[in-house]
Amino acid sequence: MSRRTVYMDHSATTPVREEVVEAMLPFYHELFGNPSSIHAPGRTVRRAVEEAREKTALALGAEPGEIFFTAGGTESNNITLRGAAKKRGEPGHIITSSIEHHAVLDVCSELAAEGHRVTFLPVDQYGRVSIDQLQEAITPDTFLISIMAANNEIGTLQPISAIGEVARERKILFHTDAVQIAGQLPIDLKKLNVDFLSLSAHKFNGPKGIGALYVRKGAKVTPLYSGGGQERKLRPGTENVPGIVGLSRAMELAVAEIKDKKKRLEALRYKMITGLMAIDETILNGHPEERLPNNVNVSFKHVEGEAVLLSLDLEGIAASSGSACSSGSLDPSHVLRAIGLDHPTAHGSIRFSLGWGNTEEDVDYLLEVIPRVVNNLRRISPTYRTNGSRKE
Amino acid sequence: MKGAYLDNSATTPPHPEVLDLMSRVQEQFFGNPSAIHYKGIEAKRIITAARRQVANVLGVREQEIIFTSGGTEANNLAICGAARRNRKRGDHLVTTAFEHHSTINCFRYLEKEGFRASYLPVDASGMIDLEMLQHEIGPATTLVSIIHVNNEIGTILPLTAIGRIIKTKNPRTLFHVDAVQSFARLTLDPEGWQADLISCSSHKIHGPKGAGCLWVKRGTPLDPLLHGGGQEAGLRSGTENTAALAGFGLAARISGSAQGKKETAFVTLKRTFLKRLEESGIDFSVNGPEPEKAAPHIINLAFPGIKAEMLLHALEEKQVYVSAGSACHSRHPEPSHVLKAIGLKDDLLTGSLRFSFSILNDLDEITLAAKETTDAVEYLRSLFK
Repeated sequence: MSRRTVYMDHSATTPVREEVVEAMLPFYHELFGNPSSIHAPGRTVRRAVEEAREKTALALGAEPGEIFFTAGGTESNNITLRGAAKKRGEPGHIITSSIEHHAVLDVCSELAAEGHRVTFLPVDQYGRVSIDQLQEAITPDTFLISIMAANNEIGTLQPISAIGEVARERKILFHTDAVQIAGQLPIDLKKLNVDFLSLSAHKFNGPKGIGALYVRKGAKVTPLYSGGGQERKLRPGTENVPGIVGLSRAMELAVAEIKDKKKRLEALRYKMITGLMAIDETILNGHPEERLPNNVNVSFKHVEGEAVLLSLDLEGIAASSGSACSSGSLDPSHVLRAIGLDHPTAHGSIRFSLGWGNTEEDVDYLLEVIPRVVNNLRRISPTYRTNGSRKE
Repeated sequence: MKGAYLDNSATTPPHPEVLDLMSRVQEQFFGNPSAIHYKGIEAKRIITAARRQVANVLGVREQEIIFTSGGTEANNLAICGAARRNRKRGDHLVTTAFEHHSTINCFRYLEKEGFRASYLPVDASGMIDLEMLQHEIGPATTLVSIIHVNNEIGTILPLTAIGRIIKTKNPRTLFHVDAVQSFARLTLDPEGWQADLISCSSHKIHGPKGAGCLWVKRGTPLDPLLHGGGQEAGLRSGTENTAALAGFGLAARISGSAQGKKETAFVTLKRTFLKRLEESGIDFSVNGPEPEKAAPHIINLAFPGIKAEMLLHALEEKQVYVSAGSACHSRHPEPSHVLKAIGLKDDLLTGSLRFSFSILNDLDEITLAAKETTDAVEYLRSLFK
């Protein structure tokens, strides 16, 4: 077994913080009631749900009435896209990017199959969409723009503020999948022209199975589910009370520490990128500056990413190639293809995502292990031997 | 808790062992189950074990269990997913007039999409007319959705007979069962019922909120509701809630393993409760099926001339917790659609309460609840004489 364990896959999921677990516990025990019940056990937990909503709203610069709790980021994205299309009723035009998470991309493809037109905006070599191309893509029947705030694989930040301006000017609804930035970078919905924003608790040290959707007052979608009318009919089903309380507590903690965490992670990221780039024929994927503080994505030429991952795993280091959800698949990541990587280079990519709990020693350990891992694999790589670019 | 919590059809207190397991999973097995490194693989293993536990209680293959965020999502996935996927074959759907809102409102939603829906009426005991069911099913009927145990009055629907009628009339009609109120309490028989889809929920069986499942018989054509990373065999995208699913699996095992014993225990609780109320001499009647024929953990009583809400709050002061109608409905002022469907009128409609039991209730609580109910009813009646 490994000498130590280093978890660098925080963009896939994060451990739940002790304080969050503590906040959740009472709602499994004595406060187990159904918030829709009108008796005291019900009313007590109803209050807790509403307080959690207020805290979450406060952390995002939103009104409590604009926050809806969901089962997670995927569900928030699905509710928005499908719900906005359904609300419109007739076929229309949707603009998204070619590097969205599958929870946006696949819904868009479905909507296209159902008769809507969808433009998948290309991105530049760093993974950024262009405002000019966005402007050009808009047609009179464009009713929704959905662009992620930060990419889950390469960490590139999108110009959300500028996109919001365009959307406002052209009177188009704007949704942003903020699953990767929530709790990492400040979000102020008072300043952003965003109509819908999705987030997920388990990406910022909250529990799995819970997320939120911000819906700007006045923006309307048709609900995805039918049922008992919870979450003001937008998301029926008995509320996951411990989850909701956990989300709001995790959000509260993350926001309080956001500046320090950003500074700390950016320093680690800098050290990591510098160390990794010292390995020859290594490419940094994503934007050099406009990227998540916790994201490092590199391609080691002439090796298979999956082989690197497994070797790292044996050394106790957990990282990922592409996103977690597609990690079982052999297709190269659609994100890496979209920024122009060829198949072999895309196959040699690894995402390291830092988070709460990672230390400088973790980074030192990774940098000690990885040159050996990559060199061992390159020694048996046919392309590395034949192209003669080996420098020792 | 002092007093008596008799609102177990709304939600149940989680089992201590379930909570213990969940906190360990949350702490140690936090990895994303789709990740290929060790933290991912061990989380995946937890989910596989939970899937096996749930499948065992249902008596089905584990690959056929699709985990969801709860019963509402399972019903939505089954009904909307089956209706939409099979639209080319037909546009007709059948259900009953007294389903849970997550079913009824799916049907209404699908009607807006252009589907035709039939809502079978029920008699005073909550029974459907099987001949009418047979008559309703035609070549265009793609789905029949029927609740196993009604959540408000406890009627047990004769699913074996219903399944036989459906499949004889149209073998391609899919049969969905909402088993949220019966899973791991009564014996479920997917094969005998000839069911294709069954919905279950975790927080009704001493598991955590935010978890449930849909059993999808192998080969059943179904459209997903959520698109994304393709988890749960592509039918339910979204990072799996490992801790909640582990809790659900264990709750299913604990609740499911004592199934026969439990049914007897429920029967005893219910009989005792009724006996105590009868002995007290207060005026009340049972709504829906005869108590001995209904699900043993649910009883719905009418107290003529008394407003259910006043009685509920009077009981609440004595820490006896019950409900008027279903929980999701209880914040809305309209009377219950279930009680209306079984033909209750005026003061009975607004004067009815549901008492629902769990394996964690004991006879002392039942006796206390019966006494407090008697006292409260007598007190309220004395006020309005």
